[in-house]
Amino acid sequence: MATKSQRQAYGEALVELGKENKNIVALEADLGKSTMSILFQQQFPERYFEMGIAEANMASTAAGLALTGKIPFINSFAVFATGRCYDQLRQTIAIAGLNVNICGSSAGLSDFGDGSTHQSVEDMATMRVIPGMTVLVPVDAIETRKMVRAMAAHPGPCYIRINRNDLPFFTDEESEFEIGKLYPVREGGDVIVFANGVMVSKAVEAAEALAGEGISVKVVNVSTVKPLDKQAVIAMAKGFRAVVTAEEHSVIGGLGSAIAEALSEIKDIPLAIVGIEDRFGTSATNYDELLVYYGLTADAVKARIKKIIGKE
Amino acid sequence: MASQATIDHLEAKALALRDHIVNDLTGVGKVGHLGGSCSSAEIVAALYFHKMKHDPQNPALPDRDRFLLSKGHAALVQYAALAEAGYFPKEEMKKVKTLGAMLQGHPDMTRTPGIEANTGSLGQGLSIACGMALGLRLDGQASKVYVLIGDGELAEGQIWEAAMAASYYKIDNLVAIVDRNRLQATGAICDRFDTNPVTPKWAAFGWETIEIDGHDIGAILGALDKADRIKGKPTVIIAETVKGKCISFAENNPAFHNGAMTPEQWEIAKSDLNKLRR
Ligand SMILES: Cc1ncc(C[n+]2csc(CCOP(=O)(O)OP(=O)(O)O)c2C)c(N)n1
Ligand SMILES: [Mg+2]
Repeated sequence: MATKSQRQAYGEALVELGKENKNIVALEADLGKSTMSILFQQQFPERYFEMGIAEANMASTAAGLALTGKIPFINSFAVFATGRCYDQLRQTIAIAGLNVNICGSSAGLSDFGDGSTHQSVEDMATMRVIPGMTVLVPVDAIETRKMVRAMAAHPGPCYIRINRNDLPFFTDEESEFEIGKLYPVREGGDVIVFANGVMVSKAVEAAEALAGEGISVKVVNVSTVKPLDKQAVIAMAKGFRAVVTAEEHSVIGGLGSAIAEALSEIKDIPLAIVGIEDRFGTSATNYDELLVYYGLTADAVKARIKKIIGKE
Repeated sequence: MASQATIDHLEAKALALRDHIVNDLTGVGKVGHLGGSCSSAEIVAALYFHKMKHDPQNPALPDRDRFLLSKGHAALVQYAALAEAGYFPKEEMKKVKTLGAMLQGHPDMTRTPGIEANTGSLGQGLSIACGMALGLRLDGQASKVYVLIGDGELAEGQIWEAAMAASYYKIDNLVAIVDRNRLQATGAICDRFDTNPVTPKWAAFGWETIEIDGHDIGAILGALDKADRIKGKPTVIIAETVKGKCISFAENNPAFHNGAMTPEQWEIAKSDLNKLRR
């Protein structure tokens, strides 16, 4: 399967956008070669601010830029972009509803070697809980590009969660992306899986395997975790025997929680959440090894689907 | 003044640390923070193999001196020192950053004997060190707390919050060491978010400042001894270093902030180190 890195796509999209709109500015905290904001720096050095290893200052500076009509994108690893400047994002940016866009790069477990300090298992939760914050989790490089564009056009703050490694494509140039919409990637009738990021591919793999066992599984790419269209989630889930969610994130507060919140308004649909069981990350030799270690595999999704419909 | 024998001993230790970094903790194709680990080798060697009171057989020794690696990404040099000192078997080094390893990508006190705090998110080590130094002072312990900070890391505002706290509370059982290798992750500090000039900033925050060549063992020991005599305020040692020191292709090369060696480079690294052997 063809793959491409989201971070490369992110950097390229920022450049494209910068060409069209002179108000786009980028701020970086000494990780530009990883986040790929460096591509923007090469094209638009005067609109690029290397803010040093000082993320909190970077975030509030972006607020100031937004207040003069600029459209800032701040860049760092997801752990630092969300954790290190949480208060700045909350107090200065989100309360005011400023158009500051946050790129959380090397998110999830994708920075496999660096271990717990560099792996973000909780960023979807911490960003999702901030009122007014849009939370985007691209499934592939193409969707990443469309999201960058949507973020700039969206008036309030947006967070995008970028994977460090190459991921397969699930969208193409023609497919639509709109903030807040749910995008089915596979049809089915027994169980519906809401997944995002790398877990979309795992869910599709699980669905394919289960088709051979007579279990029909629909997979939906929830690339906007927030705002989540609750009515759309309910409408989609109706008629299925069970709902399963899958995310490369803690089972607390992320996609699974968001879907559970939506489904709390209806009864009689069992729900299982596949994710990281309330643990920090750890170092490993490669990304796949970590996904296996934390149970973020097609097999794990498959097992949960079978369990929840009593076909173990 | 340190004796020539002490200096020779510590130079050999610094070489041993670099050996471990090149042969046991990275190697061909394995990404690691070679640059910032090698720039700190003499400082770390002087602390662990001469200056600090500590016991590898008893990492929790109550009156031990403490070492914190605020620039936690340079964990390799600390792992090398801990292994060399005998905190854990040297074989652990080969397993660094593998699944379940004792030696994680960044220092983790819950896994590794001899690690005093969890670091890796830059900018926090000096605050931790202040807290430790205050706690030890409350207990009437004579122990010192040493904390190694990167010069890129100095951009973090929290460093300066801690710097103010340390001088306000006259924390004189605390010694900060700045590894001034003049590079951060993406390139030269002076071309980016410039944290220079360094020394006057610390002086303005009420610290005693000592500038040294961070690869000169005699100078490091002299500065550490001088810090013992400074009372009523914290001391910072500004150590002028070379990122990637002793590994020719990595010296002053931002690509080896966190790079992987090719087979050819690995051979060069080994021969660079061999040339230093006496
Ligand atoms: C809060 C935080 N932001 C970013 C990083 C990523 N990072 C790791 S090392 C580094 C550069 C450090 O430069 P410096 O402090 O000069 O260290 P040295 O040159 O000694 O390696 C960066 C940006 C981090 N670990 N923590
Ligand atoms: Mg440096």
